[in-house]
Amino acid sequence: MRIDIEDLTVRLAGREVLTGARLVAAEGETVGLVGPNGSGKSTLLRTVYRHLRPHAGRVLLAGRDLRSLGASEAARQVAALPQERGAEADFTVREMVALGRTPYQRAFAGESAADRELVAAAIAEVGLQGQEHRGFASLSGGERQRALLARAFAQQPEVLVLDEPTNHLDVQHQIDLLALLRARRRTTLISLHDLNAAASLCDRLHVLHHGAVVASGPPREVLTTELLAEVFGVRAAVVEHPLTGDPLIAFDHRGRTGR
Amino acid sequence: MAATGAPDAAPAVHRSATLRTGTTAGVLVLALALALTLAVSLGAVDVPPGEVWSVVTRHLTGRPPEPGTRDLIVWQLRAPRALLAAVVGAGLGLVGTAVQALVRNPLADPYLLGISSGATLGAVAVTVLGTAAGGGLGLGLSGAAFAGALTAFALVWTIARRGGGFAPLRLVLAGIGIGQFLAGFTSFLVLQAGDEQRTRGVLFWLMGSLGGTTWSQLALPAAAVLLGAVHLQARARALNALAVGDETATGLGVDVARLRRELFTVTSLLTGVMVAVSGAIGFVGLLVPHVCRLLVGGDHRRLLPLAALTGAVLLTAVDTLARTALATQEVPIGVVTALLGAPVLLYLLDRRPEHR
Repeated sequence: MRIDIEDLTVRLAGREVLTGARLVAAEGETVGLVGPNGSGKSTLLRTVYRHLRPHAGRVLLAGRDLRSLGASEAARQVAALPQERGAEADFTVREMVALGRTPYQRAFAGESAADRELVAAAIAEVGLQGQEHRGFASLSGGERQRALLARAFAQQPEVLVLDEPTNHLDVQHQIDLLALLRARRRTTLISLHDLNAAASLCDRLHVLHHGAVVASGPPREVLTTELLAEVFGVRAAVVEHPLTGDPLIAFDHRGRTGR
Repeated sequence: MAATGAPDAAPAVHRSATLRTGTTAGVLVLALALALTLAVSLGAVDVPPGEVWSVVTRHLTGRPPEPGTRDLIVWQLRAPRALLAAVVGAGLGLVGTAVQALVRNPLADPYLLGISSGATLGAVAVTVLGTAAGGGLGLGLSGAAFAGALTAFALVWTIARRGGGFAPLRLVLAGIGIGQFLAGFTSFLVLQAGDEQRTRGVLFWLMGSLGGTTWSQLALPAAAVLLGAVHLQARARALNALAVGDETATGLGVDVARLRRELFTVTSLLTGVMVAVSGAIGFVGLLVPHVCRLLVGGDHRRLLPLAALTGAVLLTAVDTLARTALATQEVPIGVVTALLGAPVLLYLLDRRPEHR
């Protein structure tokens, strides 16, 4: 399902955090949001999963305004993996994943056979089969993220929204998690701090800076030495990855740009 | 990505998880029947359990009661009180579970949000100032307590809703602030009373009592708890989502601001009704959800009914104890729940797995 974000403006505590952001994610595309801390990535994603209400502008799902949908209907279209991890909740892995069926279930009704199948399939998809009855809180960071991703998969969304899903994971778990997304190939909006991961995963990148989208396009075109200096304030060379051919950003960790 | 842990243990765990909920519920229903029977059976005059049930059966089937004091003791004195204990216990278990989900904090109990302080002030005002304070409005003790609860609810609501949607911390701080403010008034009134008999009566009420319950006092709290239970059960899935976090719940299609408004209203009304009929009985609402979570986990679809049952069993048993422990006088039920509940809570916290 295609997403169009049109002139999105969001104010938080009187401050304009997003100022007329525009971006597009075509059907089936994985679209990355990159930008420095505080550039508005999370705010934009929160607006897409309806945690925040825009002051101006719209989020269109296949041409329909997101705010015109009911809460459950929107949740059947868009599944979110927010930054909150829910480690305090007393749930088993299965219970956590089964939450993904919430927008499909009526009050008092039990789980349908279809619900159970979808939950089991989602758990298998992220490789947590056999772990269903472990406490979510007892999982490692990487396992938790996979369980939360399975919850989003069980939601059967047309669009996945992920806010920094690889934060605090070691390199192997980061790569594992992104591999699950690669295999999925649904319309995906993802914010990532790791520019190399973003360059490798995403079909299209949008660079946010001070609440506005300042560059959009395929990673190869967007991630230039000039942009990295301008937006991120770092000196870097962009080369070709010797193994994959993806753009590889080699940062100069010794100094800053002379900007 | 290999499955770690004990994969071969998982199917057994699964069976026991579903079995355990059913078994626990079954055991609790039996325990409730036993507790109610004992509550009616034990007292200054012991009535054998068999006779308790024959009296109850006679009344339920509409046969004329056997004349005599036993019928009076069982049906008029003890049965309504035992049932009220069960109803209030169930309500406290439910409200405790809901408030802990509402503010996403396991330390929360039904009295955290200031409602009981309002009820207490209302009750104390009527007791100390005489019926003049409430009498003009035609309020008795319970009526004044409920009016006080509603006042506290309105104050906390007004403060907590500002800044968008009853954020947990804001709700808790507003509740504590209003609660302390009203408690200050209560203390002042108690000191003003001067009349020792009245002060004593107020203190006794503050610590909770189910004494003097009649059938007519049972209907309203029973209806309130039943309606509250149905309402909360209908929101059980939303409560599960809320337990993970506001953003997660929103992403799962839960209107979080509306859910919080509803939960705050329902739990406040229930708390108001319960405090009005029984005073502020501490610890049950805090302890019961913890016990139940250890038994069946955090899924509110199971947790809420079990918390209601556990609360009912607990308070029925505790009230019987409070009534019969000392030969000379009744111990306020809140004293017994605190003396028994606090050590149990500390023991449970100690047993809680490290990772939680």
